[in-house]
Amino acid sequence: MSAPDVLLDVRELRKVYRTPAVLGRGGSEFVAVEGASFTVRRGETFGLIGESGSGKTTVGRMLLRLLDATSGYVEFDGYEVLRLAGPRLRDLRQRMQIVFQDSGSAFNPRLPVGEQVAFPMRKFRLHPESEIKSRVVDLLEHVGLWADQAQRYPHEFSGGQRQRLGIARALAAQPDFVVLDEPTSALDVSVQGQILNLLCDLQDERGLTLILISHNLAVIQHMCDHAAVMHEGHVVETGSVDELFGAPRSDITRQLLDAVLEPTAPAG
Amino acid sequence: MSSEIITSSGPATSPARVAGWQRRSQWGLAMRALRRDKVAVAALVVLVAVTLVAVLAPWISPYDPLVGDPRARLLPPGTPGHLLGLDGQGRDILSRLMWGGRYSLTVAVVPVVCAALLALVIGMASGYRGGRRGEAVMRVLDVVFAFPIVLFAIALAAVLGAGLVNTMVAVGITLVPYMSRVVYTSTVQESAKEYVEAARAAGATDLEILRKQLLPNVLSPLVVYGTTLAGLVIVLAAGLSFLGVGITPPAPDWGVMTADGRQVLLEGYAHVATVPGLVILVVALAFNLLGDGIRDALDPHKQTS
Ligand SMILES: Nc1ncnc2c1ncn2[C@@H]1O[C@H](COP(=O)(O)OP(=O)(O)OP(=O)(O)O)[C@@H](O)[C@H]1O
Ligand SMILES: [Mg+2]
Repeated sequence: MSAPDVLLDVRELRKVYRTPAVLGRGGSEFVAVEGASFTVRRGETFGLIGESGSGKTTVGRMLLRLLDATSGYVEFDGYEVLRLAGPRLRDLRQRMQIVFQDSGSAFNPRLPVGEQVAFPMRKFRLHPESEIKSRVVDLLEHVGLWADQAQRYPHEFSGGQRQRLGIARALAAQPDFVVLDEPTSALDVSVQGQILNLLCDLQDERGLTLILISHNLAVIQHMCDHAAVMHEGHVVETGSVDELFGAPRSDITRQLLDAVLEPTAPAG
Repeated sequence: MSSEIITSSGPATSPARVAGWQRRSQWGLAMRALRRDKVAVAALVVLVAVTLVAVLAPWISPYDPLVGDPRARLLPPGTPGHLLGLDGQGRDILSRLMWGGRYSLTVAVVPVVCAALLALVIGMASGYRGGRRGEAVMRVLDVVFAFPIVLFAIALAAVLGAGLVNTMVAVGITLVPYMSRVVYTSTVQESAKEYVEAARAAGATDLEILRKQLLPNVLSPLVVYGTTLAGLVIVLAAGLSFLGVGITPPAPDWGVMTADGRQVLLEGYAHVATVPGLVILVVALAFNLLGDGIRDALDPHKQTS
């Protein structure tokens, strides 16, 4: 058992992508994540840093059972995540949500976004049917969108608005843990600041535990309590943000820090 | 640390703010977009008109399509009482065309619809989490059905005899691999997108993902493809009838009529073959243009611009 204030305990998580053999030519294997271990405490924001392709998204998807891990151990609030099945897995899905990196493909192009935000509410039977619409509208307004946008289709929104929609949909499940996969990478600085502030507010309000995936160190420094640094599938360093940024132990972390000339906290 | 805070978030929203936010359904939007497309509307009008005429043929056709007047053979179009002339057996061509729509349109639409339904099942089942097994199914389908349709129709006619039903079976079976391929490809493409994962994260089962998330996205290219194919199938079926392995005379099928006309074509009576030929051309073209229109109308990006 993990310490009581630990919500998520990840040990030796591993993912090997296999490309199948095509027409006699042998398939290949690619190790995307190798022995990733870290722990996330209740109510904190945990950063996952690393250059593009280091395996951050892959880790996030495995934690939520959206992708099958090759091996490893994940414990969430006492549940052994990788072993759950059936109704227990369903219950877990309600508690763990994700905001996808690519807001462009994160929504079904042929369903009104209101329907899509309502979907987790319906699936997890969180509200009576008569209340669903007003709940969706409340959520949209909460993340800074308007009620009448519920009937619109995804392409009728800007990238920043879709990021907000992604957050609204994740919150619709009433989770206590959310993975935010680069929630601001596609946005300009001012919108970025708005979204980050929104996330901070939501976290205070709802006591969420967050994993924030980002390659923007300023964002991590501003938002996170602890963080892990990934490099080519390995977690090379974990620790409090102050430690990581003040006295990096790993060369990789140092390189990441050097690459950013002047990390400044985003506006607001 | 619980999620109770969310459950009690603020007062309930007034009904006015949530009224009708499902008003804009995908199909409603598509219909609106289609109405703005003049070419597609024209094609649709042609097809609806031809269908109506075919359905109403028993009541509105001026003559019996099967009974001719041997003394009035091959009169040209414009002959009083016979707008499109008479064929080699003295039958009224207009009446035959009206009745013939019943055969030709049935042969165009029924196999396409049946093949589409089958293709949806095959394509989605092998495309969704099908992996290599799904790929293998598609390969097998390609190989097994990579068989010239004419030979297939001849074989079928040899075994079961030529006729309307066998023509539809031959055409339908030939279409299945093509349509399955379209469904398979879009299923594979769409299931890799993150909205499918979002649905899974929201607790959706595979069946729900297939039905609610993938089906609308897979259906659009299939409807477009099927509409275009219907135009091709009319020509194809006419070809089979022409060769004598499709619908058989004296049925007033448009292909049969073209074949009838061939015999007198060289004697200088071109209208017997060209009139039904032109009708086939126009209807096939209408299906193709409608297919193009539907493609645009179903594109979410073009609906609201
Ligand atoms: N489905 C897949 N099949 C094969 N390889 C994959 C697949 N998905 C990801 N990879 C590979 O795994 C590695 C890690 O990918 P991942 O998406 O986790 O990176 P990331 O850290 O999120 O990068 P980014 O910051 O660009 O989003 C990459 O090299 C990628 O090419
Ligand atoms: Mg990523």
